[in-house]
Amino acid sequence: MSDEKQNPSTTETADVLGRRQFFIRLGAGSMAIVAVGSGLFGYDFLTPRVLYEASPLVNVGKPDQYPVKSVTFDPANRIYIVREDTGFYSLSAVCTHLGCVTAWKPELDIIACPCHGSKFKKDGVKIEGPAPRPLPWLRMWMNDEGDMMVDRSSETEHRQFVQV
Amino acid sequence: MSKPIEQYVDELRASRLWRSIFRSGNGPSNLHRALAIQQNIFLHLFSVKTRSKMLAFRLTWYLGALSFATFMVLVSTGILLMLYYHPSVPQAYQDMKDLQFTVSSGIFLRNLHRWSAHAMVFLVFAHMFKVFYRSAYRPPREFNWVIGVFLLLFTLLLSYTGYLLPWDQLSYWAVTVGSNIASAVPVVGAKMRFLMLGGHEVNANALLRFYVLHCVILPLVAVVFIGIHFWRIRKDGGLYAGEEDAHDGAK
Repeated sequence: MSDEKQNPSTTETADVLGRRQFFIRLGAGSMAIVAVGSGLFGYDFLTPRVLYEASPLVNVGKPDQYPVKSVTFDPANRIYIVREDTGFYSLSAVCTHLGCVTAWKPELDIIACPCHGSKFKKDGVKIEGPAPRPLPWLRMWMNDEGDMMVDRSSETEHRQFVQV
Repeated sequence: MSKPIEQYVDELRASRLWRSIFRSGNGPSNLHRALAIQQNIFLHLFSVKTRSKMLAFRLTWYLGALSFATFMVLVSTGILLMLYYHPSVPQAYQDMKDLQFTVSSGIFLRNLHRWSAHAMVFLVFAHMFKVFYRSAYRPPREFNWVIGVFLLLFTLLLSYTGYLLPWDQLSYWAVTVGSNIASAVPVVGAKMRFLMLGGHEVNANALLRFYVLHCVILPLVAVVFIGIHFWRIRKDGGLYAGEEDAHDGAK
């Protein structure tokens, strides 16, 4: 009995973790933890916590500066303010194809994208071109001072006109 | 009275200083010639010996070497351009214009960088077509083909990131469109675009990120892959001679 214990080569060692195996696994495990940690660190580091970008909330002013049945392009904020008989709505001017800024063509009564030729009606519905979706309607409301506000980050599914 | 110029060269190459740098010696024997390659840090990647027919123009059209040459032109002109270019929104476009109109030789360096970049994209594609249609990608060279595909990818990424740096209308909208194409990737696309641009729009963060990618990260990665690519030519038995040559012994 005592001889067997002293000579490990004669015993079955398959399920016994040897010292070499232990350190290999310890090393590989540490490397794996470092790899995962570096990945998470890198992802976190590359994600800015503070963005110095323009606010998505835009004050587009008093309603009376927009004539009835007019489309006004706001190039700084990349939106259209459209006034119909029924009220106001706001459209994103960013083409849903690849993000170019579209232009209002009053002579043709359409919105057109200069990059790849998409054309839209003034309610955002696509007429032709590669754009996969219509120009989205943006949430619009009247604030307490009587100014109209647009939230560029919030698209509305159902069409709602802001009444004046 | 006066010695021939070759004698001065020989004396220089026999001097202690020269021999301390180039240890292979300069005899005319094959051994000395082989050592001159093998003991040089830049040349040791390559085979010490090659058959003269492998250097024929018709085999490779030298497209790989030309791609590397344009890369070296791009590195040297790019480093010089960096001395006058600030990757910031108020300055980038103005610096690009200054390089064209006020910096001595600025327009020459900028145009050399620009045309070499176009040439490199063309040459890398041509190199790949040449390798493909000669069947030079086949085993044992299949791994080097994969390295080459990565090098094509780095070439295109360098081209794309460099395109933003002039910060004019063309580059701005090209990167707007390009980053929106990236966001079409399923599931992670939008996040990828956000990390690439460092925000939701092409702005100061995007300019800086593209600058660092263009000037530091991508060139470093490319150099490592180019090193592996060259080294594997030797390890895979040198350049591919062609089908007829491979069966020479069998005939």
